[in-house]
Amino acid sequence: MFSLDGKRALVTGATGGLGGAIARKLHAAGAHVAISGTRAEKLESLATELGERVVIAAANLSDPDAVDALPKQAADALGGSIDILVANAGITRDGLLMRMKPEDFNDVIRINLESYFRLCKACLRPMMKARSGRIIGITSVVGVTGNPGQTNYAASKAGMIGFSKSLAQEVATRGITVNCIAPGFITSPMTDALNDQQRDATIARVPMGALGTGDDIANAALYLASDEANYVTGQTLHVNGGMVMV
Amino acid sequence: MSDVMARVKKMVVEHLDVEEEKVTDNAHFIDDLGADSLDNVELVMAFEEEFDIEIPDDAAEHIQTVGDAVKFISEKVG
Repeated sequence: MFSLDGKRALVTGATGGLGGAIARKLHAAGAHVAISGTRAEKLESLATELGERVVIAAANLSDPDAVDALPKQAADALGGSIDILVANAGITRDGLLMRMKPEDFNDVIRINLESYFRLCKACLRPMMKARSGRIIGITSVVGVTGNPGQTNYAASKAGMIGFSKSLAQEVATRGITVNCIAPGFITSPMTDALNDQQRDATIARVPMGALGTGDDIANAALYLASDEANYVTGQTLHVNGGMVMV
Repeated sequence: MSDVMARVKKMVVEHLDVEEEKVTDNAHFIDDLGADSLDNVELVMAFEEEFDIEIPDDAAEHIQTVGDAVKFISEKVG
């Protein structure tokens, strides 16, 4: 089950906790993986760890031309077009709206949402020809629930969900699925930095009484990337320990 | 029949899976040949590759019939 043998995947934001876990999981399932990110040493060490069937496709997602070129760059390095796109890269610029600068809003929309649009567009042409493809956008629970201090981030993540539903309908007849994964609270350097009190307050909101892991998200990505998920499109898979049920 | 017409016709037959007789000059991709809007996009993409030309989006919008396509491509490659 869930074999990705011979498939080619592009994972953006692979230097982060989630992206790294997703890249490892797809790779373990047999995929050839292009890992993209901004931190060169981290990409190098992930590539070394994974060994064969991995290429590095560095790109700065704040540069629209670089984003447009990324799928081709990855495909050239992998020796064939991308079958699976995992758009995971994202940034936050948190702050109350009353104090938020337009650039904090625009940067988040550009990197989280506009780059998703650009990546999808660049990947679609070969997918349409192949009559198959998997697009997976990593959104967030806050795109559905909202979160004070994250108007920009929540807007970008809600935008990814609406975008994915629309695109899913456009390309459904071509065997291409477009889905989102919405992680809840996941262990990360950010959650590690919380003090005990903050940590307890966070966990109290999760019925399962624990934070999620990168692996929990990666498993969801593996499923959506697999042939087994071929009848699933336009969906948002919430992986959050029951924190939000929609 | 021009070379362009013959190649376009062949591509349309293959892509839309229609009978050759139906692919006339006046045949409308959507109304007569059963294409959907995505088929139109794909056909334009296929023409671009086959004839090694670029078809800008505003021109692509006006390619509604087989004749439109042949005319546009002939002017480009002519």
